[in-house]
Amino acid sequence: MSTAMMPVNASQAKTLVYCSEGSPEGFDTALYTAGTTFDASSKTVYNRLVEFEIGTTKVNPGLAESWEVSSDGLEITFKLRSGVKFHSTDFFTPTRDFNADDVLFSFDRQRDEANPWNSYVEGASWEYFNSMDMPALIKDIVKVNDLTVKFMLNRPETPIIANMAMDFASIVSKEYADKLEAAGTQGLLNQQPIGTGPFQFVAYQKDAVIRYKAHPNHWAGKQPIDDLVFAITTDNSVRTQKLKAGECHVAPYPNPADIAGLKADDTLNMLEQEGLNVGYLAYNTKVAPYDNPKVRKALNMAINKQAILDAVFDGAGKAAKNPIPPTMWSYNNAIKDDAYDPDAAKAMLEAEGVSGLKMKIWAMPVARPYNPNARRMAEVMQADFAKIGVEVEIVSYEWGEYLKLSKAEDRDGAVLLGWTGDNGDPDNFLAVLLGCSGVGGSNRAQWCHQPFDDLIIKAKQEPDQAKRTAMYEEAQVIFKEQAPWATVAHSVVFMPMSKKVTGYKIDPLGGHWFTGVDLAE
Amino acid sequence: MFAFFLKRLGLLIPTFLGITIIAFGFVRVLPGDPVLLMAGERGLTQERYDALLKQFGYDRPIWEQYFEYLGNLLSGDFGNSLVTKQPVLEEFFARFPATVELSLCAIILALSIGIPAGIIAASKRGSFLDQTIMGTALIGYSMPIFWWGLLLIIVFSGTLGWTPVSGRISLLYYFPDVTGFMLIDSFISGQKGAFTSAIRHLILPSIVLATIPLAVIARQTRSAMLEVLGEDYVRTAKAKGLSGRRVVGVHALRNAMIPVITVIGLMVGTLLAGAILTETIFSWPGIGKWMVDSIFRRDYPVVQSGLLLIAAIVMVVNLLVDLTYGLINPRIRHN
Repeated sequence: MSTAMMPVNASQAKTLVYCSEGSPEGFDTALYTAGTTFDASSKTVYNRLVEFEIGTTKVNPGLAESWEVSSDGLEITFKLRSGVKFHSTDFFTPTRDFNADDVLFSFDRQRDEANPWNSYVEGASWEYFNSMDMPALIKDIVKVNDLTVKFMLNRPETPIIANMAMDFASIVSKEYADKLEAAGTQGLLNQQPIGTGPFQFVAYQKDAVIRYKAHPNHWAGKQPIDDLVFAITTDNSVRTQKLKAGECHVAPYPNPADIAGLKADDTLNMLEQEGLNVGYLAYNTKVAPYDNPKVRKALNMAINKQAILDAVFDGAGKAAKNPIPPTMWSYNNAIKDDAYDPDAAKAMLEAEGVSGLKMKIWAMPVARPYNPNARRMAEVMQADFAKIGVEVEIVSYEWGEYLKLSKAEDRDGAVLLGWTGDNGDPDNFLAVLLGCSGVGGSNRAQWCHQPFDDLIIKAKQEPDQAKRTAMYEEAQVIFKEQAPWATVAHSVVFMPMSKKVTGYKIDPLGGHWFTGVDLAE
Repeated sequence: MFAFFLKRLGLLIPTFLGITIIAFGFVRVLPGDPVLLMAGERGLTQERYDALLKQFGYDRPIWEQYFEYLGNLLSGDFGNSLVTKQPVLEEFFARFPATVELSLCAIILALSIGIPAGIIAASKRGSFLDQTIMGTALIGYSMPIFWWGLLLIIVFSGTLGWTPVSGRISLLYYFPDVTGFMLIDSFISGQKGAFTSAIRHLILPSIVLATIPLAVIARQTRSAMLEVLGEDYVRTAKAKGLSGRRVVGVHALRNAMIPVITVIGLMVGTLLAGAILTETIFSWPGIGKWMVDSIFRRDYPVVQSGLLLIAAIVMVVNLLVDLTYGLINPRIRHN
């Protein structure tokens, strides 16, 4: 029996227990899109070329020490860190350090259908890589030498650097993959991961426990804790009880009803932060009378956001005035939200010649952080709109259908939906959700406003961050004037943890990181 | 007896085929597109969607899909999970011992309390004790499992700190799976305190899972006992001057057990259904929790093959019960 199998003695090893909310789907991050899977794989076992600074959306060097963008914006050259060690475990002992071959392997398997690893598991769709438009963006990836890799692009696009910090861009070991391929056991890449990350995988007991230990030779130094354990606990109330009973140190996603009790507990700390998300009501701007910005503005003025925060978010929300969340760079705080004023709204509608208006509001059938109860939100809006003489019918569909039908350009009604950021870049909200290219797709307002679209396309290609910030701030002003959506709320993320835990930071992107986290004696 | 066995076994085949149709059809009438759900919500081009649909064969006529599924089943291929990409059979057996362990503990608990409670209630018919036992059984039977489980956790784990909140063993212990049964594995690991920890973790989930079967068994034992106690042979035994304890314990109980055994067989289904909730509350890594997660993820192969495997287990247990019944009561096998 190896030492890892002995009971952990608190005086010898520092073990942090995280009560996670679900089982990971697998450990090869790029195959999946769920945050629970990312926490268990990319946030622990892997590194990426660049990394988000934990607690922010700022991009820092990771496995790449530095990078250079060519003057035409079409080539990005990454200088790789030397001497980076992969994990050495019971099932794999690396014979070489990390190099350019690992980078090429990690991306080629996702972008090249001829690559034997492209379909090594049934139904591998590399969904995030595809949905971030990487196949259209990347022309080629070339190894310059062992420690230099060049990405050649089809068009200049600054946010691609932030994409490189995303979970799907995690770097896996080519040497390990080769070994598995030779043994005919490729599937193990998704079950027993090897990376360069701060924690190395030890064991996974299905639906119960995942064990990691600190990577002793991590390039940024060993972690303060020795062992990290994920105790999978799916029920929110039970997770809270486990935290209170001292069976875990950190437990995410408490029930809103438990938050006050957790805050009052002397043994616990409660961190909170707005999530990188937005919940909105998207009008169909192609259909009259919602093609008139003044009508949309009037409807926005009739919505009592405070009532929604109380009824739907149970205090765990913040009113949204912009389409991007306040934790994101370029958030324009100077913008004033439309004041709640039913009388003025009514007068404005009358001035536009709109009377006896009947509209549909689509309510999502599922709970999401940006909208925990869409039905109730729709009911509050129904009551608000009734006050200005607008009659609302609430409709809903099965989730898959809802997503599909709400994309239609001739859709009848306004849609409740939201978005959680992927890479911390404003482009990931403004272009995806409000750009002309998203009409008939992710742009549920079907809103194509040329001055806005020109601005965000220009900003996407601009390498200078200060200039980009100014452009996005201006784009938010246009958005507010045009009002294609009623921006409703950003959820607030609560993270209760034992007072012994130090150095934990809430990730605005929704992940759970244990890098740099320690346990006080 | 052999002919009886063959007859029962023969009945299993059409039942099994019926279940394959139900499992297959049921999953397909669930709303939700597995390809969209598998691929995520972040957009999928029509070409990619079509390619994935084709890859999984969901574009083919439903009867063609069914016969392929049946053919695969007969060759022992239960399919791969869409989510974890691993064989369903492997996933099932990784979790099955946890459910069996919990169910066995629950049924032992239910029998060891339910039968004596039923006997006492029957022999003190109409008394305050009888009414208390039967009243408690009715409450137990009507208890919402989820609420009951959480209540026990809050009182015994939260407030009193007597039992752990959830899981199968303290995280301090770590040993490889040998049998998958935590009580056995913790015992043979030789680690000090591991076995006790496994028992402590079983207490609350066993109580919660045993609640409904216990109530049913107590009520069934009582009514069977009352019926038997009125029989002539019992009166004869009493007339012979046997002690009350001997009349009840030897003469009446043996005959009263026949309907109780049938109920125990039927309870296997109830236990597996109860396990879904109990496992979810106590983060117990068994097949109930696995099935619920898979339904939410629209993991077709897991849901249909999981349903089939669970149904097969219930069928086999009921076959065994029927056989035991035949052994105990010769009239059954001769009819």
